[in-house]
Amino acid sequence: MSDPRWSEALAHLPDYLGNHVRVSVAALALGLLISLPLAIIARNRPVLRGALLGLASIVQTVPGLALLALFYPLLLALAAVTAAWLGFSFSAFGFLPAVLALALYSMLPVLRNTITGLSGVDPAVLEAAEGVGMTPRQSLTMVELPLALPVMMAGIRTAAVWVIGTATLSTPIGQTSLGNYIFAGLQTQNWVFVLFGCFAAAVLALVVDQLLALIENGLRNRSRIRAALGGLGIAALIAATLVPALARPHARYVVGAKTFTEQYVLSALMAQRLQAAGLPTTTRAGLGSNVIFDALAAGDIDVYVDYSGTLWANQFYHSDIRPRAELLSELKTTLAKQDITLFGELGFENAYALVMPKTRADQLGIHSIADLASHAATMSIAGDYEFFSRPEWAGIQKAYGLSFRAQRTMQPDFMYAAVASGEVDVIAGYTSDGLIAKYNLVTLADDRHAIPPYDAIVLLSPKRRDDEALKAALRPLLGKIDIAAMREANLRASGNDASSSPDAVARWLWEKVGPR
Amino acid sequence: MPATPLIAYAHVGKSFDNGRVVAVDDVSLDVAEGEFLAVVGGSGSGKTTLLRLANRLIEADRGQIAVEGEDVSRVDPILLRRRIGYVFQSGGLFPHLTVAGNIGITPRLLGWPQAEISARVDELLDLVRLDRAQHRDRLPHELSGGQRQRVGVARALAAKPRIVLMDEPFGALDPLTRDALGDDYRTLHRELGLTTVMITHDMTEALLLADRVAVMRGGRLLALGSAAELARNTDGYVGELLRTPRRQAERLGALLPRDGTA
Repeated sequence: MSDPRWSEALAHLPDYLGNHVRVSVAALALGLLISLPLAIIARNRPVLRGALLGLASIVQTVPGLALLALFYPLLLALAAVTAAWLGFSFSAFGFLPAVLALALYSMLPVLRNTITGLSGVDPAVLEAAEGVGMTPRQSLTMVELPLALPVMMAGIRTAAVWVIGTATLSTPIGQTSLGNYIFAGLQTQNWVFVLFGCFAAAVLALVVDQLLALIENGLRNRSRIRAALGGLGIAALIAATLVPALARPHARYVVGAKTFTEQYVLSALMAQRLQAAGLPTTTRAGLGSNVIFDALAAGDIDVYVDYSGTLWANQFYHSDIRPRAELLSELKTTLAKQDITLFGELGFENAYALVMPKTRADQLGIHSIADLASHAATMSIAGDYEFFSRPEWAGIQKAYGLSFRAQRTMQPDFMYAAVASGEVDVIAGYTSDGLIAKYNLVTLADDRHAIPPYDAIVLLSPKRRDDEALKAALRPLLGKIDIAAMREANLRASGNDASSSPDAVARWLWEKVGPR
Repeated sequence: MPATPLIAYAHVGKSFDNGRVVAVDDVSLDVAEGEFLAVVGGSGSGKTTLLRLANRLIEADRGQIAVEGEDVSRVDPILLRRRIGYVFQSGGLFPHLTVAGNIGITPRLLGWPQAEISARVDELLDLVRLDRAQHRDRLPHELSGGQRQRVGVARALAAKPRIVLMDEPFGALDPLTRDALGDDYRTLHRELGLTTVMITHDMTEALLLADRVAVMRGGRLLALGSAAELARNTDGYVGELLRTPRRQAERLGALLPRDGTA
């Protein structure tokens, strides 16, 4: 445990664990609040029962990450509706979508087990309940529910474990959770973080499961002590995670980051600058790239770094490619209409580029994408999760008449190793990635300008438009980070040792680019 | 026989499955106060349906049923059931409640004070001859079949009903237990001044315990009367039902000398 990454991971634990417990408990409580009455209503109605179980099963087949991601735009639209019609709005970011999606996720085991438990009660016993003069409600509370309890509790325990596990996936929609360890660790190749996150989530799930088992055991054997101990344990867990949250001063500034290494480093850098200027700041790292812009527009985060070409194509759906300066000024105007401030460029570009090993490129005489075209039919290409659905890819294919033998999608950090080892022939990499130098790769020239410029730009939320303190703190970064510095920072951050945490790399970067 | 019967069926009919299955067909039958009536018939004869119509576990389609002089269709079925004792086939005990919890259920539903319920439970355990200390806190699955049925009888009597309905109460017990329990219940019936309707498929049991026996077949009341009256009945089915107890009695009479000096 001499590795400082363990202590860094531990330092985040109260925050991550606390948020994880809160979102899980809220989701489970909401799920139970909906599922239990529904199951009770549906138990004697076969059509409703079938429909409910079918629906819950369908929800279960939706991958957790997708379900969480779906709730964000849904709530965003709903918030717009309530703002227009009812005069109030709410944050569609973080807690709320996570709770709703996880609650939905928890419903199947609770519904299924409650219905199974209730319909498993011996008809002779139900008849006896009626015969001794119980009302339907008394029969439910005095006979059916107590008899179905063990099966119901098994469902609740399953739901609790599922919710705690799936809650790690709520990081990309802005809900801090133990998933922050996993997402950050995966991106920056910090396996200590990944392990720590998995382990913490597993322990939490196990503890909650055992506490629920204790409650179940107590209820079944009418041991008030055991039931109370279990309940007390759950309450203590919630209280323990609430206390640090209440004690912590409320951060005024929130720095956002997408889900890749460079973003972790830049958000850490900006957070360090803000804190150095005496502005209390937190970071929300690991946000999905479709979530982060809306979160900024809604004021859920205050500042983050985006890339001009990304906004141009993905946010504003332009398919034409403009020269760099023209695109930036156009973007600035467009963003201003949404009250978002394009504060300035950092000084480097993180563009997509087709990348292959240098030795192979030299052998084949490939120096540009045009050279690649004649070889493409026998080659395979890998890109990140969004690349092949982005307009740039269509643009490149059209401009150079590219057609590859095979096309694969990969976790960005694994692509470089994959192309270096010959697993794939070409990758759609990022120009600022430090791994290009590390693996001795080359970026192929885009002579026909099919790939738009991707200047790294700092965006400010509407409410920070006139925030001079914030601007003063970040101004020293503008125009100071060149591609060489960013590549080296990214390479350092992708290392698997103690000096490679985003915070450490951000400090290194500030040393390098900050005023002396 | 008093002027008003305690239970009176008048032209009662009940069918299931939209009239496709006729369970009870135009039955008229009076049960006098203090009477022990046994209803005998094969499965599908409508005897259980007839019993359940009395406390509205099943609602009649046609005719009228009066309990203690009141038309049951005009009284709250929940309250009606709480003042009529009901003994279920093989006990029907609540598996998650103790013996005391099971016996005290109807008083609890009626809102009796806890101390009163507790005293009543003890009294009933004595009445059905179960040891208080030994059985009070046991769960049903820890009891023998006979003990369970004794608890079932105690539960039916808990709220001091005037009427007890029994649905094949001793059917699942071994002959010895069955005989003892039948005798014990007969004594309770007499001592407490109960009015009892008991369903059984066993004519011998019916003849031995009941004052009168009603014979049902295909939903109709075929015959009604004391043992002697039934013996004079000319209906073939009634005769058939009586043949078994008769033959048993004759053979036993021959096998077991009356003075016991075998």
